[in-house]
Amino acid sequence: MTDAATEAQATGPVHDFIAKALSDHPVVLFMKGEPEQPRCGFSAVVVQILDHLGVEFVGVDVLQSEELRNGIKAFSDWPTIPQLYVKGEFVGGADIVREMFSNGELKPFLQEQGILAA
Amino acid sequence: MPMPIEALEAALREGFPDAAIEIDDLAGDGDHYRARIVSTAFQGLPRVRQHQLVYAALKGKMGGELHALALETSAP
Repeated sequence: MTDAATEAQATGPVHDFIAKALSDHPVVLFMKGEPEQPRCGFSAVVVQILDHLGVEFVGVDVLQSEELRNGIKAFSDWPTIPQLYVKGEFVGGADIVREMFSNGELKPFLQEQGILAA
Repeated sequence: MPMPIEALEAALREGFPDAAIEIDDLAGDGDHYRARIVSTAFQGLPRVRQHQLVYAALKGKMGGELHALALETSAP
């Protein structure tokens, strides 16, 4: 079976949309649903962690568009949603964010990036 | 689209022949797994790259056939 998502290329308007979102906002979460109403448990976990730390972020609902949903996977070479970006860099999905939070790495990382006050 | 645990384990063993691999079927539905993989292949790599290696070993099944795979990767 071929998975269309892994073969999709983030090109054209979708790539430009993603690049612009990442340059306009220091913290961007590509997720399923809105931050106020996540539509997947993995997205909800990342939202909860960011809220808990008091991080201001922009949530982009990939369920709005199949192109965006596939485009973001190609953009980062990462097969799943959510995807957290800080200062334009891909930080990780739900597992990595959760692990960084629980081992105390996430807050200092965000402070180093100037996202949270030290 | 569930994936049998044996198929998941076989794919991971093929990708990481030297690894210690533990897989749990979290929901009992063949669709939500947790895998702990300890392999020298992860030495010195950031977590994103470690997980990308695992996804590469799964050859596109992740996000398709396989909906949820919680990963814990580390080097020995």
